[in-house]
Amino acid sequence: MKFDLILRIASKLLLPFILLFALYVQFHGDYGPGGGFQAGVIGAAMVILYAIIFGLEAAKRAVPPIVVETMIALGALLFAGVGVTSMLLGGEFLNYSVLAHEPAHGQHLGILLVELGVLITVAGTMVTFFYTFAGRGR
Amino acid sequence: MMDQLPALQVVIPLLGALACALARHGGVAWFIATVVSWAMPVVAWLLLSQALSGGTISYSMGGWAPPWGIEYRVDALSGFVLLLVSIVGAVIMPYARRSVASEIEEKNRAWFYTMYLLCLCGLLGITITGDAFNAFVFLEVSSLSTYAMIAMGKDRRALLAAYQYLIMGTIGATFYVIGVGLLYSVTGTLNMVDLAQRIPEVESTRPVLAALAFIIVGVSLKLALFPLHVWLPNAYAYAPSTASAFLAATATKVAIYLMLRFLFTVFGVGITFDSLPITNIFLVLSLAAMFGASIVAIFQDNLKRMLAYSSVAQIGYITLGIALANHTGMTGGIVHLINHAMIKGGLFLLLGAVVFRIGSVKIDDLAGLGRKMPITMGAFVIAGLSMIGVPGTAGFISKWFLAVGAMEHGWWWIVFLLVASSILSVVYIGRVVEVVWFREPSEKVAEAKDVPLDMMVPALLLVAASVYFGVDTRLTADIAALAAEALLGGVR
Repeated sequence: MKFDLILRIASKLLLPFILLFALYVQFHGDYGPGGGFQAGVIGAAMVILYAIIFGLEAAKRAVPPIVVETMIALGALLFAGVGVTSMLLGGEFLNYSVLAHEPAHGQHLGILLVELGVLITVAGTMVTFFYTFAGRGR
Repeated sequence: MMDQLPALQVVIPLLGALACALARHGGVAWFIATVVSWAMPVVAWLLLSQALSGGTISYSMGGWAPPWGIEYRVDALSGFVLLLVSIVGAVIMPYARRSVASEIEEKNRAWFYTMYLLCLCGLLGITITGDAFNAFVFLEVSSLSTYAMIAMGKDRRALLAAYQYLIMGTIGATFYVIGVGLLYSVTGTLNMVDLAQRIPEVESTRPVLAALAFIIVGVSLKLALFPLHVWLPNAYAYAPSTASAFLAATATKVAIYLMLRFLFTVFGVGITFDSLPITNIFLVLSLAAMFGASIVAIFQDNLKRMLAYSSVAQIGYITLGIALANHTGMTGGIVHLINHAMIKGGLFLLLGAVVFRIGSVKIDDLAGLGRKMPITMGAFVIAGLSMIGVPGTAGFISKWFLAVGAMEHGWWWIVFLLVASSILSVVYIGRVVEVVWFREPSEKVAEAKDVPLDMMVPALLLVAASVYFGVDTRLTADIAALAAEALLGGVR
């Protein structure tokens, strides 16, 4: 236990910044490289780092498997939900222009929500992969 | 609402799949999947009747007009395949409840229905889309969910079968996307209609020919054209019964649809059949499938594997129709696409009923089963006769069209080969008939009896369809003739 002190402290310090970076990649995706997929992977990497340093059980207590499995479907549902909303508002499926009063704002809102859906699904899938493989043979 | 139908055809099963995943309970997921899959034929029927009366339907995804955005297109052929896939998907669902409950453990059942609906979504998507790359995405959606469904089979070999299919399927999809990429690099478009208009200018350039080769090989892997069929027998044999029936009836058919689209709509007969030896290639491979796979089927002990090899042989008939490339032959191929879906779907459901009762499909375990499960085995014989192509059944209609199509070319020998390969199917179906009806019941089947009504009715419906479409061909042959005409006319 005492030999990995540096690792534990350092990763504890890093965790919030990893999440912050994930959110930066997510929301800066409009203007620079990035987007939901990359942000989702970075976010999941935070959970995986926590699991590697503090153990799988601790990670599963912090982020329960049922939550990550629900995230997989929930993110995709958000994506599809945006599409359905635009259909209900009279546009085609995933036509963001009808989401707000002005087409440009609608496009902005639409892509933001859709990318959020991607983030949720990708993060959920990555963590589920990790839990599944790490939990084998126990 | 009517304007949104093309999107709904794909979006409803997608939403249903997500709802199943969130439900996490097998029973609830089954209910959602049933409601969703029953809505699909309604949508498909509305689309088909609209396309037949008012001409091709075009829908711009996300409001981006084609050829820039993704276009959904419904014409006679795609509407026809949509209807076929969604009807099979709907008919199987009532059957699925008991079959899935007996073959898949509770924690995986909701996921099974999720995968089922995702697969349905992918197959409908490939059919409805008018965009070559979007077709690749849906190809992957349906394939990935298929791998997961196969891996859920009870037998441990299911995992290996799923892995084998994963490798082969991925190679197929990669080849397809390489082909699409080459086309894009030359023409700068992904829209199928737009591609069809631009390809003639560059038709003899190397990238276009390479693209054609990649796409044909990639899609042939997916449709299990002999000798690219090796993934199919294990996948169908070890998948859960519900999945076997659904995949056998729909997955390869949709791949054939994609092949038709590329050969006739995108590249056009002028390139594919007039200047390249595609007729000969397809002719040889189809005949090899009809004989090779049928002979292998005769020697199978596992009846699901036997039906799987027979599927490879039957796909040979369909590709034979493509190879003939005249109106009658194409009609025969397309009619066989639907007839074989009904026949094979029905046969796999009946074998699933056998698994449900005695837990095995080894031919020796089935001795005397006809006396214990008379309706199941009686229906098996009828569907078997339809597959052989006995006059008065659906199988006869498709083979008749194929034979006439071959004669129009003056290829009499093909007619003889058609009859000869039908005799091979008499042998493998006859072998089952002999064992289940003419032998004393063994101990294994002593307790067996016919399955409950909710499993029986779906199977009988498909078997009844495989006889009915042999008598009344208005829905099958007439629409197939229309589709064949449109394909051979091309868009140009």
